[in-house]
Amino acid sequence: MKVPIWSEELNKGNQPDILFWVGCAGSFDARAQSITKAFVAILNKVGISYAILGAEEMCTGDPARRAGNEFQFQMMAYQNIQLLNGYQIKKIVTACPHCFNTLKNEYPELGGHYEVIHHSTMLQQLIDEGKIVLNENGAFKGKKITFHDSCYLGRSNQIYDAPRSVIEALDASLVEMKRCKSNGLCCGAGGAQMFKEEEKGTSRINIERTSDVLASGASVVASACPFCNTMLTDGIKLNEKQEEIKVLDIAELIAQSI
Amino acid sequence: MEIFQQILFGIALVTAVYFFSKRMSLIRKLILLGKEEDLHDQSFQRWKNVFLLALGQKKMFKNPTVAFLHLLVYVGFIIINIEMIEIMIDGLFGTHRFLLGLIPSLYSFLINSFELLAALVIVACVIFLVRRNLIHVKRLWSNDLRGWPSKDANIILVVEIVLMMLFLKMNAADTLLQSRGVGDYSNHATGNFYISSLLHPLMNRFSIETLVLTERICWWLHIFGVLGFLNYLSWSKHLHIILAFPNAYFSRLEPQGKLKNMPAVQKEVLYAFQPEMATAGTNDQNPSSFGAKDIQDLSWKNLLDAFSCTECGRCTAACPANQTGKMLSPRKIMMDTRDRAEEIGSKINQGIDWKAENRTLLYDYISEEEIRACTTCNACVEACPVSINPLDIIVELRRYLIMEKSSSPQEWTSMFGNIENNFAPWKFSPDQRINWTKEST
Repeated sequence: MKVPIWSEELNKGNQPDILFWVGCAGSFDARAQSITKAFVAILNKVGISYAILGAEEMCTGDPARRAGNEFQFQMMAYQNIQLLNGYQIKKIVTACPHCFNTLKNEYPELGGHYEVIHHSTMLQQLIDEGKIVLNENGAFKGKKITFHDSCYLGRSNQIYDAPRSVIEALDASLVEMKRCKSNGLCCGAGGAQMFKEEEKGTSRINIERTSDVLASGASVVASACPFCNTMLTDGIKLNEKQEEIKVLDIAELIAQSI
Repeated sequence: MEIFQQILFGIALVTAVYFFSKRMSLIRKLILLGKEEDLHDQSFQRWKNVFLLALGQKKMFKNPTVAFLHLLVYVGFIIINIEMIEIMIDGLFGTHRFLLGLIPSLYSFLINSFELLAALVIVACVIFLVRRNLIHVKRLWSNDLRGWPSKDANIILVVEIVLMMLFLKMNAADTLLQSRGVGDYSNHATGNFYISSLLHPLMNRFSIETLVLTERICWWLHIFGVLGFLNYLSWSKHLHIILAFPNAYFSRLEPQGKLKNMPAVQKEVLYAFQPEMATAGTNDQNPSSFGAKDIQDLSWKNLLDAFSCTECGRCTAACPANQTGKMLSPRKIMMDTRDRAEEIGSKINQGIDWKAENRTLLYDYISEEEIRACTTCNACVEACPVSINPLDIIVELRRYLIMEKSSSPQEWTSMFGNIENNFAPWKFSPDQRINWTKEST
């Protein structure tokens, strides 16, 4: 698929308006790659001037910092900020709440000042502005969809409404889980838990969260974070409900409805 | 006789205030063992937090029933303390019902309101005792609270009930004495009060002497109780009624997802990439160690948090790791931090060099396994009604383990290796970053 790369655009004499920060999950994880592709399809369709960093992008350092490895975080932050500032990047959109949080909240005091928006906010804006036109009889019309709040989007950055209004734009019926918004339960991946086994316990966090999904009666659980997506997909599979309940990113919901 | 009572009252008051101040100054000293952290900016926003979170108890109202009961006890506590002003004046100057002479038209209304609140406080405290000891609400009946903490909670509730009952019984005896035309009491006739008069049938057969004795004993026990409770709370989880206010004022105003920066590490990394900056920089003193293994490595706000904690367990109830049976409990993190600070406090009082002893918050109180289970989801921070941040402490302890001890789970070691070599937490080379663009949609 056609994806503009920042350095190549510069060589062609173009300075794109927005950087799409893909993130490591969006780049390497097979499931998250389809989220990335769905979002790119939307960007291409709307005709937004954007580019990705391609091979020059590096981990923001979020998992290293949360594991306690501040040295590694600072190394990654330094290199990324040098690159972003060198390209004079002003605005960044990302589909990963962890990258979003780090770029938006943690890079400024290290010298990286950008306007950072999460893809859920951007999708909401594009819908509101009429730039994304959804099919009259979309695949999700009337479907029961529940939204799982990512900790780093919700509690960390108070973004609760944008992803929900995207779902509502699909004419779907949005149902809430018993723990939602500021009381939302974590999927279990944050704080670098994604990269290690859980500590000893009586259950797994994604299984606990999946029970909320099942109780909601929704046939689609929407997420706005590649890590939540992985955790919930695993949880649904463990319950052998993968035929009845789909785990989809809000970008995928939109991409399938235009 | 009168003057003897006044002197006794004065001595009790001064003694109570002396010990309370001494205790509070030790707590202040312990909090200031923590590292410097400037939290004095944006004073408007900070005062707003004091009014909304501490005074207004905004976060309590996530659970309206419990919030309402708590509000009764809280409002009762504050308003009935107006009555303490009168008790102080009466006690020190040997007067009786001083405010009656000052505001005769309002007095009856005032005391009736106090009595109503006292009754409501009793009801709320009884419900709280039932929730704790009979219904066994999970967060109030967990392992964190075994032993002293659960006893502490019950003592507080029982003392509050007793104090309120003494106040009501005192008024009941007083108004009965008025109706019997006994000297000083009928000279300060207030008429019956709604709630305390309900106790009259129980006391009607008392002689005048017994009634006077009852009134005096209740008055004295009430005041001794209040002064004693003032001192007790400084040793107890109940300290939150004072520290919730400064804690709300000094709560962090940044987005919850932002972790505290480590400028020393930032500088070291800068010098590694741009060595020419190192010579230009001043000779900054690097910290002796990174992260925290004991309370003096934490910030003073972390320690204020620990002393402000009333062990309600909303954080632990919201914690995903705790809900799935992991060892981590954010409440325990706060209780451990306070317990460690208290241990150091008693060492200081005994003149023991606590730094020479080989005891630390990490290892002796909090284990590696506990802090490794955290997903940094901020549910504990969000849940706390008094702006305590357990996550901050967890992250500082993690930093110590990784940066000072190089202790990390095997999978994290691989992750660090991948980030270092491939710039991604997984084992993929940077070239593979754009492989997805080469596929069809």
